[in-house]
Amino acid sequence: MSAPLLTIEDVAVELPTPRGNLRAVDHVDLSLEAGRTLGIVGESGCGKTMLSRAVLQLLPKKAKLTGRVMFDGQDLVRLPSESLRRLRGRDLAVVFQDPMTSLNPVLTIGTQLMETIQEHLELDAPAARKRSIELLAAVGIPAPEQRLAQYPHQCSGGMRQRIAIAIALSCEPKLLIADEPTTALDVTIQAQILDLLAREQRRRHMAMIIITHDLGVVAGRADEVAVMYAGRVVERAPTQALFKRMHMPYSEALLAAIPKLETAPHTPLPAISGRPPDPTRPLKGCSFAPRCRYAASRCHEAKPDLKSAEMPDHLYACFYPIQMAEGIGA
Amino acid sequence: MMQLAARVEPLLNVDNLVVEYGLGNKTVHAVSGVSLAVARGETLGLVGESGCGKSTLGRAVLQLRRAKSGRVLFDGEDLTAMEGEALRKMRRRVQLIFQDPIASLNPRRRIGDIVAEPLIIAGVKDAAERKRRVHEVLSAVGLDPDLVVGRLPHEFSGGQCQRICIARSLVLSPEFIVCDEPVSALDVSIRAQILNLLEEMKARFGLTLLFIAHDLAVVKAVSDRVAVMYLGRLCEVGPSEQLFANPAHPYTGLLLQAIPVPDPDVRPAESVAAGEPPSPIAPPSGCRFRTRCPRADQRCSAEIPELREIGPGQFAACHHPLT
Ligand SMILES: Nc1ncnc2c1ncn2[C@@H]1O[C@H](COP(=O)(O)OP(=O)(O)OP(=O)(O)O)[C@@H](O)[C@H]1O
Ligand SMILES: Nc1ncnc2c1ncn2[C@@H]1O[C@H](COP(=O)(O)OP(=O)(O)O)[C@@H](O)[C@H]1O
Ligand code: SF4
Ligand code: SF4
Ligand SMILES: [Mg+2]
Ligand SMILES: [Mg+2]
Repeated sequence: MSAPLLTIEDVAVELPTPRGNLRAVDHVDLSLEAGRTLGIVGESGCGKTMLSRAVLQLLPKKAKLTGRVMFDGQDLVRLPSESLRRLRGRDLAVVFQDPMTSLNPVLTIGTQLMETIQEHLELDAPAARKRSIELLAAVGIPAPEQRLAQYPHQCSGGMRQRIAIAIALSCEPKLLIADEPTTALDVTIQAQILDLLAREQRRRHMAMIIITHDLGVVAGRADEVAVMYAGRVVERAPTQALFKRMHMPYSEALLAAIPKLETAPHTPLPAISGRPPDPTRPLKGCSFAPRCRYAASRCHEAKPDLKSAEMPDHLYACFYPIQMAEGIGA
Repeated sequence: MMQLAARVEPLLNVDNLVVEYGLGNKTVHAVSGVSLAVARGETLGLVGESGCGKSTLGRAVLQLRRAKSGRVLFDGEDLTAMEGEALRKMRRRVQLIFQDPIASLNPRRRIGDIVAEPLIIAGVKDAAERKRRVHEVLSAVGLDPDLVVGRLPHEFSGGQCQRICIARSLVLSPEFIVCDEPVSALDVSIRAQILNLLEEMKARFGLTLLFIAHDLAVVKAVSDRVAVMYLGRLCEVGPSEQLFANPAHPYTGLLLQAIPVPDPDVRPAESVAAGEPPSPIAPPSGCRFRTRCPRADQRCSAEIPELREIGPGQFAACHHPLT
């Protein structure tokens, strides 16, 4: 097995708030090899964005980060800001949920693409222009030459996300982080954007992290999935293994809550009752205990560690993992 | 007119509705001749991509946007011909729930006042009666009235804000609610809670719903029948189970394929959905879907396909249907 491109070691992020310290990311370990896709799944507020921002070193100023983020042999947490700036946009790229986060509304699409390219690669203006046109064509934008002169507001949401992806890909990154890249988009456009990301990833042998709240989005597209809850990774496994047998009750509940096409109309959905705990008031026991239908008294007393049982690469944090018989003979 | 609904006399009957917006010297053809009917007690799902005219149709039904032509019959009366006091009275019976729950609540007003507002507008003068109604609907949506009435919207999550919006829409005891993408802005886990809540409220208060969304699986979960819309026109309408099992319109088929399936063994179909919808300022001639349709031919650009029955209760507007 090759050495991982990215290793997140014991990363924690704390944010000061008027209500006290908020632990947004609670000691997370993850790793990712070149050319592979990691899906990070969890509901709103569970810390997905803060974790990706910790990797990118783009945390809010007041945030306190501990742990190590090893990327391509260097610890990003200890890297000087000048080196970081050069790394971001070149080796380390990001696509946000709202493409307008990364697009500048007052600059044309051409200017934005060419600026990024020229900042990181040694190309003159005509070469940068040529590359911009190629990139727009690669992400499926019709008439790319005309698009260069347009402003972001003249494009649809799907187009804008394609342009943001073109900019992210412009300098051949080694790692692309896509933070809910399709949550704001329609299903048909969502499928197109996910296809586009997968295609470009294969072509460039790039590593990719897809962040989403929908297990359906990562099912056919990630090699490995990490499920997050209340700042922690609560289950992590190769995608096939995870969907075959979910150990952590939260993962199972998240999957069950998705409306399925096969289900007859008016069938009540197995919703997860309640809400995640207040992140400024961490619980003593398992964070999922107040919502978990399997919770026992031990779950309220101590936190389960993330560990594996029979399969070394299938990790879960639960005292009473779900035992699904189905041929595994649990 | 074509009878799309049902055996029973429909509560809502939309007949050849046309809604346009002026944009400079151009015209946005947002809804171009839509007819549909919703029976009392029924949920009609309305799906389609962003910009296809779903919200415009919903707002035109409620007369929040006036139609250019066509009729909206509610309980036999034509809302498009109503004005002033008559329309205001009618509006008590029809309500709207929006997509963005947080943005649709006034950030400076307390929850109690927000939920009571429709009562004040409707002229309910008795404060005790208003309070009683507000408490009743807040409890119905699963909130503790005493804990929430004094608080401000920003103190609540997206899912809780949507509960508050639903409570507000119920406070006048309406018969009909247009739910405009009520769960699109919510997480998977909260989405299921709100969908279940809508179903409960429907049963408890005997509501009739027009349920708008762009996610077919979400729509199927709550709808008796589903209407599929594309660029201002209906493509297909039929009973939910039947439409999902046997889509007749190529666009319905494409929408079904685009849904992400939470199963790693189901490989996502590559680029089923080529292209994006054309501009509603200059919609294509003939069938509006023809620029993205794998079956399009000469006839599709020359002739507008009319909705016709292709199975019991299932209608499709296509020259070359899938079934
Ligand atoms: N700038 C900030 N200051 C204080 N707290 C913050 C800040 N940004 C995020 N948080 C808090 O950190 C926690 C994790 O936030 P994060 O945005 O990483 O979650 P997420 O999973 O990406 O959620 P979403 O899907 O809503 O974006 C949440 O409790 C959130 O309220
Ligand atoms: N106030 C407006 N002025 C001009 N065009 C509008 C206005 N509101 C909506 N539109 C246009 O009408 C079409 C239908 O819009 P809408 O009904 O909001 O779509 P949906 O709700 O399905 O996303 C879109 O092309 C939209 O851009
Ligand atoms: S540790 Fe207990 S409460 Fe937590 S997920 Fe497992 S069974 Fe549920
Ligand atoms: S009428 Fe023609 S273009 Fe339209 S959906 Fe049918 S086959 Fe496709
Ligand atoms: Mg986020
Ligand atoms: Mg809308």
